[in-house]
Amino acid sequence: MAGAADLDVAYVARLARINLSEEEANAFQKQLGDVLNYVEKLRQADVSRVEAAAHALPIFNVFREDAARDWFTAEQALGNAPRKANGLFIVPKVVE
Amino acid sequence: MTEKDLPALSIADLQSLLRRREVSAREVIDALRERIQAVDVEIGAYLSLDIDAAIKEAEEANIDLPLGGVPLAIKDIINVMGQPCTCASKILRGYRAPYNATVVQRLRAAGAIPFGKTNLDEFAMGSSTENSALKLTRNPWDLSRVPGGSSGGSAAAVAADAAFGALGSDTGGSIRQPAALSGVVGFKPTYGRVSRFGLVAFASSLDQIGPLTKTVRDSALIMNAIAGHDPQDSTSLNEPVPDYVAKLGNDLRGVRLGVPKEYMIEGIDPQVKAAIDAAVKQMNSLGAEIVDVSLPHTDYAVAVYYILATAEASANLARFDGVRYGYRAENPEDMLDLYGRTREQGFGPEVKRRIILGTYVLSSGYYDAYYLRAQKVRELIRQDFAEAFEKVDALISPTSPVPAFKLGERTGDPLQMYLADIFTIAANLAGICGISVPCGFAEVDGRRLPIGLQLLGKPLDEARILQVAHAYEQSTDWHKARPSIASPK
Repeated sequence: MAGAADLDVAYVARLARINLSEEEANAFQKQLGDVLNYVEKLRQADVSRVEAAAHALPIFNVFREDAARDWFTAEQALGNAPRKANGLFIVPKVVE
Repeated sequence: MTEKDLPALSIADLQSLLRRREVSAREVIDALRERIQAVDVEIGAYLSLDIDAAIKEAEEANIDLPLGGVPLAIKDIINVMGQPCTCASKILRGYRAPYNATVVQRLRAAGAIPFGKTNLDEFAMGSSTENSALKLTRNPWDLSRVPGGSSGGSAAAVAADAAFGALGSDTGGSIRQPAALSGVVGFKPTYGRVSRFGLVAFASSLDQIGPLTKTVRDSALIMNAIAGHDPQDSTSLNEPVPDYVAKLGNDLRGVRLGVPKEYMIEGIDPQVKAAIDAAVKQMNSLGAEIVDVSLPHTDYAVAVYYILATAEASANLARFDGVRYGYRAENPEDMLDLYGRTREQGFGPEVKRRIILGTYVLSSGYYDAYYLRAQKVRELIRQDFAEAFEKVDALISPTSPVPAFKLGERTGDPLQMYLADIFTIAANLAGICGISVPCGFAEVDGRRLPIGLQLLGKPLDEARILQVAHAYEQSTDWHKARPSIASPK
């Protein structure tokens, strides 16, 4: 298992799209280092005979009928938007 | 009975009065509003109230429905149409729910009135409610202490008689632990028993909605209304729902209860240990057979949880990006700047920590070492429980190793805070059901602090857990004790 030393909080925060102050990055580096050192104990578990469990109870292939139903109007869907116009969410320009 | 005494009633007792037409649903709402006004300045359980709508609903309430005219509080991470749903985060300030969660729809169909939203740790991430970005909630038994978390607002409201009952959500103990620390009943159903549709997702494979109430019977009443299959939640189980209230009884003859030896660890408060030992004896005297069992992988549970829960959270919380709802940073230069600053300013420190940890354990080169390995150990933990349940009907342990701790005592050390959930987390990993019921008090600094007993049951065996908890509760007076703030003035 990779150790706490591998964690670069500033880099991972960029992957997670969260800006961090230097102060916060330093605090997290220490705190998450402690957590990663703690989870090292999982190395001791013998997992050679088990499959990974994504869910506690096995249920598979859950589908519902592909039928139209009443749901949000466009206006309702946009009701909480920080910026909107002409029935659209407005964001900064993405493509030049 | 005067109107002032009404908020102290259990849901079941309130219903008897309502059905005998001794009080009206309107009078109940008025009495509850007065009670909230009197105590919530000190407790801080509620983030928002919608009393006007509640009065309207009360005036039209059909008292003969299963929860007719009963006002219930809802953890502010569950969508109630037209009401805020802040998740106690700045990033959802101003958001109004455009739809009802399935549980809210079902409560309404059963006649209940969801009138207010309760405080929580931001996005349910925490064990003390101190991670709320919006409000401090205090323990009604000692205002200098935490109510537990993350459903701390729901637990404190019920404990202070400022709610007849409430909904919470439990990802690693967030219903059971605050119930224990605040001296109320908290029930976590089997994963998939209650629909998660409309619950803001934290860790989708672990989250489950359940009730916090004054009595076990009240939890059974709420479960009757909210349990069952929902096509809008693909993880919802399509299994028949028994009548949980009808199955309550006072006899424990023939029931086999297991005491997991790994749960009697060092670090359990001696007063907590003594209370649990006494409760085990009590259940034995009610006819239950007590059996020693082993859950050998217990020591890995917290580590597994903080890998899987953070991994799932990092994906689930990607949706809070300042585009479709909630807070957006001002004057963004481009999309990356909009995302980065919105999330910097919108999320509190614990949420950021967990998103970063979750992103790390899922990142290229580390996935196998952390995430995949944790999923495998999760399976070992699930098998531990499956084997134990071949020998016993339910497991007994403390809910929390310690009674309510002081505000601020653990906020500086996230790992210490995580260890507060040591007895509750495994149930979420294994997907089983569990309950916390009051089982005594610890004397700390001249104050009485509640202690909770946890019972864990097989998947979909909610009826049995409720029955055992009810039989124990009815043989004690612990659930009748109220904090001094809760007595009518």
